[in-house]
Formats: sequence, structure tokens, C-alpha cells
Amino acid sequence: MKAAVLVFPGSNREGDVAQAIELVTGRKPQMVWHCDGDFEKTDLIVVPGGFSYGDYLRCGAMAAQSPVMAEVKKRAAQGVPVLAICNGFQIVTEAGLLPGTLMRNAHLKFVCSDVHLKVETSQSLFTNRYQAGQVIRVPVAHAEGNYFADETTLKRLEDRGQIAFRYCAPDGTVDGTGNPNGSIQNIAGVFNETKTVMGLMPHPENAVEPMFGGSDGKALFEGLVEALT
Amino acid sequence: MSLEKNPPVKLPNEPAITPQIVAEHGLSPAEYESVLAIMGRAPTMVELGIFSAMWSEHCSYKSSKVWLKKLPTKAPWVIQGPGENAGVIDIGDGQAAIFKMESHNHPSYIEPYQGAATGVGGILRDVFTMGARPIANLNALRFGDPSHPKTRHLVSGVVAGIGGYGNCMGIPTVGGETNFHAAYNGNILVNAMTVGIAPAHRIFYAAAAGVGNPLVYVGSKTGRDGIHGATMASTEFNEDSEEKRPTVQVGDPFVEKLLLEACLELMATDAIVAIQDMGAAGLTSSSFEMAAKGGLGVVVELDKVPMRETGMNPYELMLSESQERMLIVLKPGREELARKIFEKWELDFAVIGHLTDTQRMVLSWHGDIVGNIPIPPLVTEAPVYERPWTLTPLPPVVDAASVPAPKDWRGSLLALMSCPDLASKAWIWHQYDHLIMGNTAIRPQDGDAALVRVPSSAKGAGHKGLAMTSDCTPRYVQAHPETGGRQAVAEAWRNITAVGALPLAVTDNMNFGNPQKPEIMGQFAGAIMGMAEACTTLDFPVVSGNVSLYNETEGRPILPTPTIGAVGVIADIAKAVGSRLTEGGLGIVLIGETKGWLGQSLYLREACGREEGAPPPVDLVVERRNGDFVRDQIALGRVDACHDVSDGGLLVALAEMCIAGGTGVEIAQPAGNAVPSHAFFYGEDQARYVIASGSADDIVEAAKAAGVPAVLLGYSGGASLVVNGLLSLPLSDIKAAHEAWLPGYMSATE
Repeated sequence: MKAAVLVFPGSNREGDVAQAIELVTGRKPQMVWHCDGDFEKTDLIVVPGGFSYGDYLRCGAMAAQSPVMAEVKKRAAQGVPVLAICNGFQIVTEAGLLPGTLMRNAHLKFVCSDVHLKVETSQSLFTNRYQAGQVIRVPVAHAEGNYFADETTLKRLEDRGQIAFRYCAPDGTVDGTGNPNGSIQNIAGVFNETKTVMGLMPHPENAVEPMFGGSDGKALFEGLVEALT
Repeated sequence: MSLEKNPPVKLPNEPAITPQIVAEHGLSPAEYESVLAIMGRAPTMVELGIFSAMWSEHCSYKSSKVWLKKLPTKAPWVIQGPGENAGVIDIGDGQAAIFKMESHNHPSYIEPYQGAATGVGGILRDVFTMGARPIANLNALRFGDPSHPKTRHLVSGVVAGIGGYGNCMGIPTVGGETNFHAAYNGNILVNAMTVGIAPAHRIFYAAAAGVGNPLVYVGSKTGRDGIHGATMASTEFNEDSEEKRPTVQVGDPFVEKLLLEACLELMATDAIVAIQDMGAAGLTSSSFEMAAKGGLGVVVELDKVPMRETGMNPYELMLSESQERMLIVLKPGREELARKIFEKWELDFAVIGHLTDTQRMVLSWHGDIVGNIPIPPLVTEAPVYERPWTLTPLPPVVDAASVPAPKDWRGSLLALMSCPDLASKAWIWHQYDHLIMGNTAIRPQDGDAALVRVPSSAKGAGHKGLAMTSDCTPRYVQAHPETGGRQAVAEAWRNITAVGALPLAVTDNMNFGNPQKPEIMGQFAGAIMGMAEACTTLDFPVVSGNVSLYNETEGRPILPTPTIGAVGVIADIAKAVGSRLTEGGLGIVLIGETKGWLGQSLYLREACGREEGAPPPVDLVVERRNGDFVRDQIALGRVDACHDVSDGGLLVALAEMCIAGGTGVEIAQPAGNAVPSHAFFYGEDQARYVIASGSADDIVEAAKAAGVPAVLLGYSGGASLVVNGLLSLPLSDIKAAHEAWLPGYMSATE
């Protein structure tokens, strides 16, 4: 699997995801600078976490207008898979690749903590190594991760199986106790209609080694490798 | 250069220097006499501003210098001790750890968010200026009494500011400490520490070299923020009464992130001769220090400095403390290479001067000389004070028998576990990204020290880990500064040891009151004496530090707070242990001797309302012996969890281990032990650790052979903390009490 990781001024988890990709594929991904609208063809595009352009406007709003994102939109339309994490999730929603939006956390504070996620489906490139209903533990680290979509959109997401992960309690119960940011219906990650683009607020890339945050996130990358190699 | 022979011109509206202006610049009449002697004439305003900044307590260490010299600073693994932007130690495999702690106390009290944020920004720059990629931040915070009307607002702002800056920079904030005491009501402490990693052969220093080499300014533009003593000066300069600017700087972590990446990219080339961040006193201290350290002169063309607004004058440019700026001396001909890098990162880049052989600092402004100062005398003639000092006498020892035992043991433990100093600080550290970079092995609250994997260790071998901590027990220092100084170093050393790492070096952040009062200077002197002794005995040299004096409000000083930041290394991170008790059936072993020392203990304060007595004595030889023993047992793989015994004593240490790992214990005071139970369980005797081990008998036997006191207290298991004959408490109750206080306090309305 050949992967490209985008780098915006202010990106800061590009190294973490590159490390995770290298761990499962044995090769370093290509790092693509935000001005580069013509980067090498890859099997996967990753939009990483951070504070693109400082996030001084709405999070992700500036990055969504960058030359590299114009190209990502084109390739996503051709079916190239896109994994968008945290600030990346904010960027791709701003770019219109995924429905919904990420608002300020309900408690108004930055939150860095392990959370539990319920895997909603194993039927995707990104989740094929998980079982539907499985509970995994991965961290979050964000101030604007409060997912919101209107009722019509939510119904469509539900009907088409576009919800990837929901925040839950350690036993899998989906209720307010496991929700770190106030996301509607505990939504932590969603797919586009073709399930080739996935955005999520949690950081699977920080859960790939037992000593360093656990390894529940590793299967996501392994699943991608299996699907895309 | 011919320009230099010209006397400085007077700027329009420049006032004559009056005794009042001198006083407003913080210079004493005697110090101003030295200025006149050095200059041979009256200084211009900008020159006066430069003297004022360079001779300030902050830049010159004039009150503390004679004492700081007493600290040990050398060891075979020390690459760079105090005097540079940060300390540098060799951690093996061709790698160096670069670290320092610095205070931002006064700004954080005035404007907590920006004060704390720029404190983090400043210490990060100190570390990456030297060529290191920062890998971890820590912070030591002291707030006033929780009931004080400002405390909640200050906690909220400081924590948000630290998080706001560090999170955006993408550096994990992995550890620290937070205390509350009424002595900080009018003067909180915000001490920030950064640890970075660099190739040991590629450290960057501030000493300029090469006459004619270009002086380059990079980063943010210069604005009018943080101008030292500028209130008076700017009204004098601008008669149309410009609005007064706040003296607190405003941070932009996004620009600092770009600056970090750009600097590291430039550092990977061979273009840099010297580099220095613009911190306190901005362009003044950075240009001055670079030239002074290189024994050279410098011409600064101030009109070429990138400016944020129009109408700025030389005084403002030299004294602005705008953030996210660096000064670099480049090799000749490397300007374009460097410019391209900074332009890629969309940062300002300007050649603003060059080095000379005149040993003078010459400032030009649109072709006119506006300042011309000889550099060496400003350093050699800088004021140094041997201020009068009176040592604090050792208070009487508190006899444990005179302290009442708790009527309700359960209540006493719950009260301690939920008191502001011991209550969980999760509300704070969950606002800090402590996981970014994917190298955090021991998270906050899971061990006595934070533990971070060192990136790019040699392949194949086990990964190395850096352990780091910050510690100080100000109530001990207040009671007896020598003991307190010794204890702060010893506890930092113990924290590093408790995770299995070898303590290597220290950065100190000395926060004290007004040094012109003999009793305050005596606190400083005493703390230094204790620290020096501990650092020497523990082979734990001081490699960097910062002094913050005049921490007083309305004549009331803070508790003397010599915060110790420390770093240690473990060769194989997989062998490290945390303090979480996660399985049953493990033997619980207490290492070290318990006499039941209750003087200055939290039990005495929280349960009896008494802040008194001599603090626990620190026997450094015993400290070292016990710690070396514990570290050896961890290396042998015999230890499952380890926690040092400090604030609150043994029972608190056990409770912390139990609730962190979700496993209970059943223990008892050893048979025949004559120490009163409340002193045994709440005493704060030093040099002690609790170890949980599947081979407890081996440890006790080895301890006996090594002459280390060790006793098996009981075993882990169940879901309660049980002390036979005294108490049985479900962990859920302890956890609830421990975790409820801070969130409850922060969400309450006044």
C-alpha cells in the first residue's frame, strides 16, 4: 500500500500517522506539502491532525481551500480512499467530502483522553479487521470534535450505514457517559456514501503499540493494507 | 565602519535623562553612575533602556549570581551547563537531551491565558534554539487558596493557556504538579519546562563568530507588546498620547510551530554560525549576548527590523518582547538558502546587521547612529550584589505523640485524598495533549515521573526512555530552606528512580520573594545550600535554570519555591514501571525507614489545622542507597509497580497506587513496630518507596543484604484498601473523593 500524508502549516500529527503506517507497511508514506496540487498517485490519502493554518478561522476552513485539497477532492471523486483524522476530519467536512460539521466541544475545553468506540460496521476498507459491535479503546485530543448534522442527514447516514464509530462506555453502551465532546448520537466517525472516505475525531494512529496507548487502532491500518495492497 | 565613530543623534521628542526616568527604568542611582562611567556621557533613551534590561534582575542575576555559583554543574555526561539557552546532557547513542525550566509568574497573574501560553512558547524556543526537537513539556503551578476570589479564574486561564500553546505546537505535556496555598494569593507561579532531543554532535550555541557575518532576524514581526518599562517611555516619545499597551505578550503558537520547523530545517544545513531566541528583553539581550559571548561587536540596523505597525521607534524595537522571533548569525553567502526556508514557512526573514570586531553595539536608524555601547564593560561592570541574608532557624521537631490520631480513619484518608494539594489533577492534564508523538509510555498520574520514548534509537536494540519530573515541597522550604532545598532535589531524584530510570541532571526554577529582605535572601541562600549538597551527593548536576525574585504582593512573599525539574534515562523502556497496581497477589513492600515524621506533614495541616514543625530530615546517603537499591530491583524485573512515599505519607501512596490501577490491598503495620499508627501511615519520612512485587521475599532478602530497610506490609487484591485493625475503604469511595474535588471546584460559581 502506497500512502500519502498531507502536511499543512500547523499540522502536527502527520508524524504520528506516518509512524503508524510505517509500522504496518514497513515503508514510509509520502509527505505532501499543502501547495502541492500534483503529488504522486497513491493508494491512500491521509489528512492528519493538527492545527492547520493555526485554525484561527473555523477549524479546517482554510485548509479546505488549499491547492492540495483541490486535488484530493478530485482523486476522492475517482475513488481514491481518504482517511481523515481529527483536524483532517474537520478539513474534509469543510471541503464537502463528508457530511456534517465539527463544533466546539460541549464542555468548551480541549480534551485529551482515552475513549471507547463501538465499531458500527466491518463493511468498509477502514474497518474490515474489526467486528461490528466490537469495542475498541483509542485516544481523542481536540477542542472541536462535537459532531453535528441535521436530522435529514443523520437519517441518511443511519439508513446507508455511513456511521463508522460511536463513542461508548467500556461495555459498549452508547450513552452520554462515554461521549467526550457532546457529539450528536455519539458519532465519532463517518463515511461518505461510497465508504471510500472516512473521517473520525479519535486517533487510531496513537494506539498501535501496547506500551504507548494500546494497540486497538492498529487493525484499522492493517485492514487498509489488506484492502489496498 | 565609519558610522561607529559618530556620536548618537537625539531623536525627535527625546527627553533628557532625569533621575525620575532612571528610577522608572529600575536602575539605582549607583547603577546609573556606573552607566555614566561606562558611556563617558549621558546615554540616549534607547541606550538607557538597554542598560535597564541587561542589568535587570531577570537578565543579570545580580542578587542570585553569588549563590548560584555554589551549585554543582559538572558531570561526565554534561555537555553544556548553565549559561546557554538550556542545559545539554549526553544520553548515549549519539543523542543529547536539552532541557530547561522557566517561570512566567507575573504575566500569568495579570493575564493568565497569555501569560502561561507565552511561558510555554518561551521555554520551547530556548530548547529548539539549541537544535533540539522538543519531545515533552511539563509545568509546575502554584495557585492561591481555592477560596480566594481570583483563584478559580487563574487556574482556568493558566491551564487553558498552557494547553492552547502546547497542544497547537504538537508537543505532549506529560507531567507536572499543582499546589494551592494562601501565600500565592497575590502571586501565582507558572513554571514551564521543555525537554528536547538533538544529535549530540550538532548542538547550536549563542556565541557569535566571524566579523562581517550577517545578523538575521526571523519569525514574527516586532510589535509594541511587552515593552519593558515602556509605559513612561512611549508617552514621552509620542506626545499625541498613544494608548497604553499591556505589558503582557501575546502568543501565537501557530507561528511558533512554523518557526520550529523552519529552524530545524535550517539547522540541518551548515548555514548557521550562532542562534539565539528573542526572549526577555527581546532584540536587546539576544544581540547583546551573541556578540558578548563571541567577543565581537555588532551593528544593528533597526529600520530593517520587520515591524507589525508603523511609527515604532528604536527604543520600542530594542525592548519589545514580541514572541516567536529568533536572531541568527549566518555563514557568509548562506542568506538565500536561509531565506528560501523561511519563505516556505511564510515567516519574516531580514538581514538586520552584521558582526564587527569593535566590541561595540552600534544601533542605526535610517542612517543615523542612535546607540553606541561598549559591550565588555556592560558585562564585566554589571552589578552583582552580596545581599545581607539571615538563615531561617530550624523549627522545633513535632513529637508524634503530641499529634492526635484520627478518630475516624476512613474519614481522615478521604479528607487527605480530596484536599486541594492531593486531589486528582486530571481536570488539568486532560486539557493537555499528553499523547501526541506516540511516545508517551507513562502518562500523568500513572507514575512518579513521566516516561517518553526517545525517537530514532538504534534499530534492533530496545528503545530508550527519558524520565522527567518536576518537584518541590514549598512548605518544607518555608519551614527550613536548607532541608527544603535538599528535599526538593531528593524527591525529584526519587521520582525518576521510581520508574526505573537513572537520574542524570536538574534544571532549577528559583521562585522567591524580595531579595532585599535579609530573611528572603536567607531563604534563597539556605535553599541553594541544601540543593547543592543534594545535587553533589546524588550526582545530579544543575545544567540550566531560572531565577524569579520579587514574588510578593503588598509585602507578603510567596512560600519559597525552588522548583526542581529533572531528567533521567532508562536504556530499555520496556523495563520501566509505573505506580499503578493492576493485579492481585503481589507483595507490598515498604522500602526505607519510617520514624513517623509528622512535622510539616499534610496530615498535620489538613487533619489538625497546624502548619508547623521541622520538615522531615533528608539523609542524602540513605536517599542514594535506598534509591539505587530500588532501581536495581526494577532492572532485575522484580518490580510490578513502584511509588515514592511523599506528601500524605504511606497510606496516601498506597491509596494512589490502588485507585490508579483498580486493585486493592490488604496490609498491616508490621508486628512489633512501635511508631504510633497515625505517624506510621501519615508521616512523611524521606527516602521511602512502596513496591508491588511477585517476588517480594527476594526483594526483602536483597534489601537486608544491602542494608536497606524493607518490610512486607501485605498483599494486593480485592477492591478495597484494607489496613488490618484500622480501616477498610472501597476503592470506588477513595476514587470518587479523589477525583471529585477539582472538577467540582472549577464548575462551582462564586
